[in-house]
Amino acid sequence: MARPLLEVHDLHTVFVTKNGNVKAVDGVSFEINPGETLGIVGESGSGKSVTALSVMRLQRPGKILGGEVLFNGRDLTKVTEGEMREIRGQDIAMIFQDPMTSMNPVFRTGWQVAEPLRLHHGVDKNKAMGLAVSMLGKVGIPTPETRARDYPHQFSGGMRQRAMIAMGLTTTPKVLIADEPTTALDVTIQAQILDLLRNVNREFGTATILITHNLGVVAGMCERVMVMYAGRVVESGPTVDVFAHPKHPYTWSLLRSIPRLDAERHEPLKPIDGLPPDLIDLPSGCAFHPRCQFKVERCSRDTPVLNRVGETQLAACWVTQSGVELKGA
Amino acid sequence: MPEAVHAQLKRAWTTSAPLLSVRGLKTWFPVSSGVLQRTVAHVRAVDGVDLDIKKGETVGLVGESGCGKSTLGRTIIRLLDPTAGTIEYMGEDITHQRGSAMRAHRRDMAMIFQDPYASLDPRQTVGDIIGEPLDIHKLARGRERQDRIYELLQVVGMNPRFADRYPHEFSGGQRQRIGIARALAVGPSFIVCDEPISALDVSIQAQIINLLENLQSKFDLTYLFIAHDLSVVKHIANRVAVMYLGKIVEVAPGGQLYRRPRHPYTGSLLSAIPIPDPIIERNRERVILQGDVASPINPPSGCRFRTRCPRARPDCAESEPPLESFGDEHLAACFHPLD
Repeated sequence: MARPLLEVHDLHTVFVTKNGNVKAVDGVSFEINPGETLGIVGESGSGKSVTALSVMRLQRPGKILGGEVLFNGRDLTKVTEGEMREIRGQDIAMIFQDPMTSMNPVFRTGWQVAEPLRLHHGVDKNKAMGLAVSMLGKVGIPTPETRARDYPHQFSGGMRQRAMIAMGLTTTPKVLIADEPTTALDVTIQAQILDLLRNVNREFGTATILITHNLGVVAGMCERVMVMYAGRVVESGPTVDVFAHPKHPYTWSLLRSIPRLDAERHEPLKPIDGLPPDLIDLPSGCAFHPRCQFKVERCSRDTPVLNRVGETQLAACWVTQSGVELKGA
Repeated sequence: MPEAVHAQLKRAWTTSAPLLSVRGLKTWFPVSSGVLQRTVAHVRAVDGVDLDIKKGETVGLVGESGCGKSTLGRTIIRLLDPTAGTIEYMGEDITHQRGSAMRAHRRDMAMIFQDPYASLDPRQTVGDIIGEPLDIHKLARGRERQDRIYELLQVVGMNPRFADRYPHEFSGGQRQRIGIARALAVGPSFIVCDEPISALDVSIQAQIINLLENLQSKFDLTYLFIAHDLSVVKHIANRVAVMYLGKIVEVAPGGQLYRRPRHPYTGSLLSAIPIPDPIIERNRERVILQGDVASPINPPSGCRFRTRCPRARPDCAESEPPLESFGDEHLAACFHPLD
């Protein structure tokens, strides 16, 4: 089989703080192929954004302490800053949660959307502007010729996010990393942006990594999903299987704790007890064990590694790896 | 919360009349411009709302950002002054009430805010944050105040020892519990919950929802629950009101609104909510609305939703559709409702 487009092996990213080291990403591995959509889910502090930033080498002030990020077989943790800048401009693009703070307020939107073309493809000013306008049109901005001359603050939140996506797409990247692209938006606008991302993925065959805390968004968008907790991948597999038969207690409890629009009867929610872990002072063994209702003695002692559980899934859990099914009232 | 004090504060409201009744409520904010800062226009955040809330029920108020749902919540408990319309609480017109009469009512109403990071004073201890409403309303002093604070912390599932700590020592979920304890301090009957869980981690949200539900049955509370997440509202609310550009476009008992929405806006809002089930998601039909919400400074003529409505016809621009009954407490404001 051909090599995956992007492969991440045992990535470690650490933030040094005066209170101690934070292992924001602690041995994360995944891969993605052209045309695929991978979801990374987790709560704040789970390491999902830092994983993406490390792939882009934008993790500063964090430090990548180990692991490989192979893009077409080339290790991005080893290339020079100049080469990395080329890759960011052409091959891997990233869009962020808050389009207001990630666009430059003093440049016209069209100019910013055209920037990667000018910088990385040597396209001249006028031609780049023309391409930017047509890209703004493709992402659904009405009257793109006029709107390209507007400044970001003149755009609504949804339009700004469209402009960001346009900016990411002008160079037709092979990988698009979208970090919580709809979290700041209203649901009807969220539906528009997700629809746009689906079309981009279909039309350009862009491999998409979608980072989100919203399990509904993952269900609707991603073929495969990776669940993170305290800097580690705790479960991964095809979205259909992970949602139908979660193999990690965290995934299992999370799916049961959220209210669903299609739930018929009013039943009390089943919350996950306790608090998300303190990343500086992680629990021993499995980081989820203090909140886990399935824990066994071993869980507080040894850190579980990600292993095959069931046909298609990987889970880092001693309990399910020993063959126990997750069940509960 | 001390049950005795709570009972003493809460005047009996056992009639079948609504606890709270709002008619024609408008809250406009002036937009000023030029050297003289003359008022050139108004943001019509709330622009003619009728709403009844019965004792003991939870009314969900949903809509997108800028639709006026928070402004409505704040106006109802008189944190903002209405531009027009009336607010009746327990049969008494409180629209323009001031001074001691209003203070008495304030003890009966409280608010829980969205952002537990911004709504707690970082320089006050948790005990003082919770104790402040007791001081303002002169409800307790000294030892009694102390006991009440401990009790409130326990009620919201926190250790009374935390009273001496500061907000920054707590996580988002714990801060929201502190915010809830503060809201309960005066023994209110009516609480406006303004997006109380949207800033919290997913795994913590269910804890807070369950807490709010337990407190409701324990203290016989009435909630106006403001949220943009319709799945959460479906779970917690008995009735749901949908707001669009300063107006309520549909109100119905929860289940009914979700099973059979009549207003096209409600329909598209429901279809836009992702359901955490890949198989359902794959086969869902979506109504994706075009464009953005129109400006509340200069709302469209007639029906305000018509500029984005998939069912809009010429008559929608001519006059404003009134809220009409679709049976069984179900109201919707649309000339061409969904089946």
